[in-house]
Order: sequence, then structure tokens, then C-alpha cells
Amino acid sequence: MEAIIQQFFNLAIMERALPLILSGLRETILICILVIPLGLAGGLACAIMSLSHLRVARWAAVAGIDFFRAIPPLVLLIFIYAGLPFAGLRPSPMTAVAVAFFLNTSSYYGEIYRAGIESVGQGQWDAARSTGLKGYQTLAYVVLPQAVRNVLPDLVSNTVEVVKLTSIASVVALPELLYSADMARSVTFNSSPIVLAAAIYLVMLWPVVRLISRLERRIAA
Amino acid sequence: MTTGAPPILEIRGLRKKFYDVEVLRGIDLFVLPQELVFVIGPSGSGKSTLLRCCNRLEEPSAGSVRVGGIDITGRSTDINAMRRQIGMVFQSFNLYPHMTALRNVTLALAKVLRRPRAEAERLGLAALDRVGLAGKARSYPGELSGGQQQRVAIARALALEPKVMLFDEPTSALDPELVGSVLNVMRELKRGGMTMLVVSHELRFARDAADRVIFMDHGVIVEEGPPQQIFSTPSQVRTRAFIAELGR
Amino acid sequence: MEAWSRFVDTFFNWTIIERYFPAIMKGVVVTIEIAGAVVVTGTLLGLVLAIVRTFRMLPVNALIVIFVDAFRALPPLVLVLLVYFGLPNIGINLPSFAVLWLVLSLVLTAFAEEIFWAGILSIPKGQWEAARSTGLGFLATLAYVVLPQAIRLTVPPLTNRTIAITKNTALGTVIGVGEILNQATTAQSFSGNATPLMMGAIAYVILFIPVVVLGRLLETRFAWRRV
Repeated sequence: MEAIIQQFFNLAIMERALPLILSGLRETILICILVIPLGLAGGLACAIMSLSHLRVARWAAVAGIDFFRAIPPLVLLIFIYAGLPFAGLRPSPMTAVAVAFFLNTSSYYGEIYRAGIESVGQGQWDAARSTGLKGYQTLAYVVLPQAVRNVLPDLVSNTVEVVKLTSIASVVALPELLYSADMARSVTFNSSPIVLAAAIYLVMLWPVVRLISRLERRIAA
Repeated sequence: MTTGAPPILEIRGLRKKFYDVEVLRGIDLFVLPQELVFVIGPSGSGKSTLLRCCNRLEEPSAGSVRVGGIDITGRSTDINAMRRQIGMVFQSFNLYPHMTALRNVTLALAKVLRRPRAEAERLGLAALDRVGLAGKARSYPGELSGGQQQRVAIARALALEPKVMLFDEPTSALDPELVGSVLNVMRELKRGGMTMLVVSHELRFARDAADRVIFMDHGVIVEEGPPQQIFSTPSQVRTRAFIAELGR
Repeated sequence: MEAWSRFVDTFFNWTIIERYFPAIMKGVVVTIEIAGAVVVTGTLLGLVLAIVRTFRMLPVNALIVIFVDAFRALPPLVLVLLVYFGLPNIGINLPSFAVLWLVLSLVLTAFAEEIFWAGILSIPKGQWEAARSTGLGFLATLAYVVLPQAIRLTVPPLTNRTIAITKNTALGTVIGVGEILNQATTAQSFSGNATPLMMGAIAYVILFIPVVVLGRLLETRFAWRRV
């Protein structure tokens, strides 16, 4: 028991590591601010493309979504960061993270938007079109607002996943929260910094996770 | 109707409170063997709650319920064993959608009474036959009309050979043209000697088939008596008002 | 033409493909083994916890909720590092594949429990009442009436979530588990060529695209009721 506290809950070490961890947290938040809007926008574009009249565009959108949902984000990240240099491109860790996350989160958000749009009944389209609204206007004013409301829990849930995903940026040495914590761990040979980082993730995400549970249950009922 | 025999269902001093609201305020009611007792009253009068207390789907706040002489509200009573003797038919049927009609009927026979499969199926088909649906044994609830579903629900309760059957607004969720088929089954049950406690708005049925009609309001029994009395010459003002309200 | 052949040489070098194909395949086997084990333990334990929750024992339920919330809020990589580096210092030495399996199973357990619980809650009370009214006990009702219906509802979200979590086997590379990504990056440093990375990526795609497509089909067949 004593050993557990010493190894995982060593307050002295946590205190020493705090500045480093806080700067890591700042970096994590920056990544989120960059990546989440990009993903939301990219996903919307994917979903709209999957509705296109052109069969090629539809097929490309769906194939892209499935492809980037099949590849683990870490693999994509490493491919971009370590593989592209062989082709002459040398992305910085942040760029690699941004591109990998953009591709990955767009496909997940895209799938969610797509399901949401599909869940809005055909009757809505019919009604809007029959009053003279064009396709994109129907989408913007009638269908999308309802679609988003229908899949809001999924959108929120996926956003939580994105925040958690930022932790893999540590693998390409981007100094975000987990990287900083792990650095502190390797210097002190003590896991308490990681526990501190975990606590920070919990404080950020636990309330949202609770909220999602409640939303999910209300929709299922 | 057998006179002199002890009541199948004895309710004494039944009270039920939901939070601060007292829904049942002291009900005393006996149902004799083979009697069909009909309970009418405005919504909120506690009729459904009364029924649900009889098989402890609701726990009484005070008072007792005895079925076949056994106090089902006692702390040591095996409620699962007791429930086999009390059949219940719900307004919304509550058939198991993932099972055929026959399986709906035989589930309790197999798992509760532990009858072997062949015997359970035999008993189940017999019950379905009594409600006129032996031919639909292999159909799923989704393939049946509302009236057929309710009849399967009756067969499900019947198959356990209960001492008394409780009906909670059995036809209220049905389209008018399907109501008759369910009422006919209930008439048949009565003819076969089943003891029944029915909560319903089907007054014409009550006039034909009920032995006794009970009018409830605000958690108490206001008046009870034979159908002719209650419908034609009620003695209480509230009863008269309710009957008039319902019209024909 | 020059650029194209350079591209092929960087990412699709045939000699390298031949040389490292066995290693990548070994990674595929490890990935499948760990993913399979995670799916089995995670879903079973999640179902068990959801069933325990139906008994409404307040202290136990509180513990379950805390566990489930924590493992849904924490990034898996954080948990992996915590377990991998922390446990040996308190005397517990687990091989890295066991650490990976343990963490991913617990994460899947947490998500699966929430999904099963939502499914159980969505079964109308009337089903419980009808079954209990015929004398069926609590467990019998759960087993024959409620769970069969609930589980049907859980298939789409459960499939999606399982796919996401099994892809996290790639995290094993950080602690030295010999799965696909690890084999690929090792081969890449040895060979000084990006082809192994491409092989790894393609291996993942071949493994998971069928599962993703299957998941989409299941989703449309068993769609959650939406407003």
C-alpha cells in the first residue's frame, strides 16, 4: 500500500512536475483548438460530398471515410511523420499531427453527419423543395439543423475522443500533456506525473462523459 | 356462481401512497369464485393501482390482499409462486416481440413450472385454442393484429391455470372493430367459470357479463352492486354523474 | 517518370516488401490475437457489469459508474504508460502484450457496459411486468425476456466502439509489443526505406476495412430509434 502511494501518488514529485505538465496542457489545448474545428468542417464536407449527384464524388467520399476509419490514427501519424521524409517532405511534429488528425477526425465526423442527414426524413426534403428552395438551401436551412440535433450526442462523444487522441502526439515528441508527463516520469523514475496528467484529463472530460451517458440514454428510451 | 365458498380474492383496508399522494384510501373488496367483478370510475380514481396491488406490481402502503386464502402481502410470501395463481392482462398487451405466440405462452410453463417441452407446448396450444388462435402459434407478435395480440396475452396468463384473472383496461388500446374479439374471449372465460376482476370502460359488456359492478372515485369505493342497479338506479350522486357522463 | 519511379522505390520497393513480408505478417498475427482477446474479455465483462447494475445495489453501482466513467474519460495511451511503467515499481511485472490486453480490455469493458446498460434501460417496463406477472423470477426475466431484446439493440454502437478500441492495439508499439506498427517501424529503421510503413498501413487497411463495412451494414439494419 505504502509502495503504491509512493509510486503513483507522490505529491512532492507531482508538485515538481507541475510547471512542465501545465505547459503540456497548454499545448494539448492548442492542438484541440486547431484540430476540432478542422475536423468538424472536413467531416461536413465529406458528408455533403457523399450526397452528391455525381456517383464518383459519392463513392470517393464513402471510400475515404471508410479508409480513414480503418487505419489507426497512430499509424497514420507515424506514416506522415516518419514516412514522408523519405519522399522529400519533412513535416514538423505539429504539422504531422494536424494532417493526420484532420484526415482521421474528418472521416469520423463525416460518418456521424452522414447518419444524421439520413435520419432526417425524406418528407423534409420534399416539403422544402416543393416550396422552391434549392438543394443547398434545403440542406442549410432545413436538413442540417435537424441532422445535427439528432446526432448531437455522437458529435460530442467523438469530440471527447479527439481530445483523448491528442495523447498519441506524444509519440512524435510533440510536447503535449502526456509527453510532458512521461518526460517527468523518465527523469524521476516515478509514475506520479502520469497520474497527475490522468487527473487533468479526468477533470476535463469526466463531466462531458457523464453528460454523454445521459444523452445516450434519453435517445435510446 | 358458487355461494358459500370462501372468496378467491380478499382485499382489506388497502391503501397506496405515491410520494405524498394517496391513490388508494382504504379499499375493502371480496371476489367470490367464478364471479366477474367490473370496476369503473374516472381516470385517477385508482382502479389500475388497485389491480396492480393485487399481484404486487405495486406494493401496498397498508392493508392486505389474500388470494386463495394466502396473504400475498406477507413478508415471507414467495411472490413468484403466488403470481402463477394470479393472471394479469395489460392494456398494452406486453407480448415478448422476439418470441412466437406459442413461446410467449409457454415461457412461464417451461421456466417457472418446469414442464417438459412437449407438455408445455401441448398446454400452450390448448390455451391458444381457447382464445381461438391455435393457428397463429408460430406467428410473431409483430405479425398479429392488436386484438389477436391481446388474445395471445390472455392465453399466456391462462396457460398457468390461475385462480383469478386481472384485466387492466384490456380493450382500451384496441381499434373499435377489434374490441369485440377480445370481449368474446372474456365472455367465454366467464362461461368456463374463471374468476375475473376487470377494470374497463366497456359498459355494455359489464351490463351483459358482470356479476357485480364497482364504482370507484378518488381512491375509495363509492358504490357497488349488480349491473342493473349501478347503471339504471345508482344510489350515489357521484355514480349517477359518472354514468351520465359516459352516456350510453 | 523520374518522380514516379522514385515514389515507387520509396514506398513500394519490391525487394524490401519481400524481405519484410514475414515480419509484417507476424505483426498481423499478434494484432489479431490481442484484438480478439480484447473483444472477448471486454464485451463479456461489460455485459456482466451491466447485469450486476440491474440488481440496483447502490454501493456496487456507484463503484461501477466510477470505473466506467474513468475508463471512458482517460486516453488509452495514458493508461498503457501508467500500467507499463508503474506496476513493476510496486512489484507486479507483466509482459507488454499483457499490459496492452489488460488496458484495452478494461477500456472496452467500460464502453460496453454503458452500451448494454442503455439497451437494458430502453426495454419497456411492460416487458418486465408481463414476465414477472407470470411468476418468472428476476434472473429468468432478465435472461429470457429483457437481455435478448436489449442485446439486439446494442449491436451497432458496440461494433463501432469495438473497432475503435481494437485499432488501439497500435499503441502497443510504444511499449514494445510486436504488433504491426512495431514491426513496420523497426523494419523501416533497419532498411532506411519507407516501404515497410506502407506495408503496415496496407495491412491495417486490409484487416479493418471489412470490419468497418460490416459495422456500417449492421448499423443500418439495427438503427437506434431516432426522433
